[in-house]
Amino acid sequence: MNPSYRIERWTTASRISVWVFALLFLAACFLSQSGNDSLLSRGVVLFVYVLLAATWNALAGFAGLMSVGQQAFFGLGAYFAIRLSDSGVPVFAAMGLSAIIVAALSWPMSIVMLRLKDGEFAIGMWVLASLCHLLVNLDPLIQGETGISLIALNAYDPETRRVILFTFALVSTTAVLGFLFFLLQSRFGTALQAIRDNDEAAGSLGVNVLKAKRLIFVFAAFGGAIAGALWLGANISFQPKTYFGVQWSAYMIFMVLVGGIGTFEGAILGAIVFFIIETFFAAFGVWYLIGLGTAAIVFSLVFPQGIWGTVVRKWNLHLLPIGRRLSISNEK
Amino acid sequence: MMGLLVQGVLLGGYYAILAAGLAFLYSVMGIINLAHGALAVVAAYMLLLFSQMTGMSPFVGLLLVLPAMAVIGVIVERGIFEPSSRGGPLLAVLATFGMSVVIDNLLFQQFGANTQSLANFIGDLSWDSWDLGGGLYVGKISVYTFLTAVFVLGGLQLLLTFTPVGRAIRATAQDSDTAGLIGLDARRIRMISSAIAFITIGIAGAALGMRSSFSPYAGGALLLFAFQATVIGGTATIWGTLIGGIILGLAQTLGAQIAPQGFLIGGNLVFFAVLFIRLLRGDMNWRSVLRLNRKATQ
Repeated sequence: MNPSYRIERWTTASRISVWVFALLFLAACFLSQSGNDSLLSRGVVLFVYVLLAATWNALAGFAGLMSVGQQAFFGLGAYFAIRLSDSGVPVFAAMGLSAIIVAALSWPMSIVMLRLKDGEFAIGMWVLASLCHLLVNLDPLIQGETGISLIALNAYDPETRRVILFTFALVSTTAVLGFLFFLLQSRFGTALQAIRDNDEAAGSLGVNVLKAKRLIFVFAAFGGAIAGALWLGANISFQPKTYFGVQWSAYMIFMVLVGGIGTFEGAILGAIVFFIIETFFAAFGVWYLIGLGTAAIVFSLVFPQGIWGTVVRKWNLHLLPIGRRLSISNEK
Repeated sequence: MMGLLVQGVLLGGYYAILAAGLAFLYSVMGIINLAHGALAVVAAYMLLLFSQMTGMSPFVGLLLVLPAMAVIGVIVERGIFEPSSRGGPLLAVLATFGMSVVIDNLLFQQFGANTQSLANFIGDLSWDSWDLGGGLYVGKISVYTFLTAVFVLGGLQLLLTFTPVGRAIRATAQDSDTAGLIGLDARRIRMISSAIAFITIGIAGAALGMRSSFSPYAGGALLLFAFQATVIGGTATIWGTLIGGIILGLAQTLGAQIAPQGFLIGGNLVFFAVLFIRLLRGDMNWRSVLRLNRKATQ
């Protein structure tokens, strides 16, 4: 008996699922050309949730940074889109550019914020979000809490607008997920997973912990800002309170906790679950929010791996080739 | 100008009460309680209900509400703090955040969006002030709040330094395994710590309700104030909370003079300025709130 082993990254499941993802992408492209209005606008909402969940998961699940202040970037993304569009930048270009500006701004923020640990970081980010909210309100264009609308969108007729917005959402979500996927597959991804498991030990092995965390922080800010700009495109009106509200953090936490923190697939699954729940239960208002909060407590106390974490543990199923698996066979 | 400074300092006393429970839980149990503000609002509503139902002063209500808060503290410790901190500090952040969402919305469900105040139940105390001469007036309630802050922080300090329970709490905070070896029941100590923290949250709720108004979603802002006060002041001593509160109060009061939104912006800017200074100096140990107490006993 000669035990042989090999280290594999691609499994049959992951090969199939990458094809499924590619097919879904193509299907979505066709949908954008022929789909009906409500389907397209709900699609944008789903993409926003996926963006928020994936980037929050990158922050919390891989870099170990729990933030309850990601609404800072969500709100800033919408704000800069309006600001740029008001100063003459074409509206969809303004949305993309806005996310780049927010990412650039998040770099200096990260220097101060990453000095905070655990819960301090969490609330510190909330303070940051509240400061961003207040500063945005100072801009006369926004008119305080009254807010303003993205008027430039009126240049397009509603149907064209929906198609462009959906395509924009599809492309940016795919790009953000794709970037995260390749990031996790690279050397850097291995470093990140080491940081997630124990950042001090990772540091002692020569991983540049601060640099890795900073990259993820900026990436998450970018994703949050794109999501904010998309949300603005879908809802047109910008009222600072709704964009900088802490409920966005509650949604992100719910999605990632339910889906499975620290797994790429889990965050997407969580976003889909949240999307379905929101579609059917948002009308219940207060009780809906109480339910979300309760779910966050229950999942963090008794079910911290979430749905996908449990799937991985039970069936060792990986839909995406991110980790590496050791397979040992005892045959000759 | 003098009036502003006095106002700012007195406001700082209020923030110190608000921050006391948050800083205490963090320094002795390593838990950052994101439901801190929401729980203070719960205490304020309990006092309101008491006064509405009995017609008695909320000061009498405290005799019921503070023990009730202590019991809630024990329940939350057993039900949420303890199980979540077994999974690491990050899960506690998520669980307490979930708790704050649930509390906020339950309060909204029960009491609606109206802002409430305890001011109607404390007679002329709510508007009475002392004339310090030179056109300078200070509100009695602000002065009493400040004195309560000194009393609460001093009480915590004395408790931690001189009582057996306080020594046990400090020992468990430093090293709960070793504390267990010498016969301290860590679980019991944690429940006591949590109860103490929740009593101070109850006092903070009373201060909130008597000096201003509150509504179901007020908890988030309160948490941020408490956190800012703790971070600004809380390095070396338990009194850091008071110093942090005063700096925050002054920054907000002066900020409000510059622009209407300056109240909150002033506070936030001071908070980030302090973080930045710490960054340059390279010491960021918020947990050293306990250090003075350790020195005091040496």
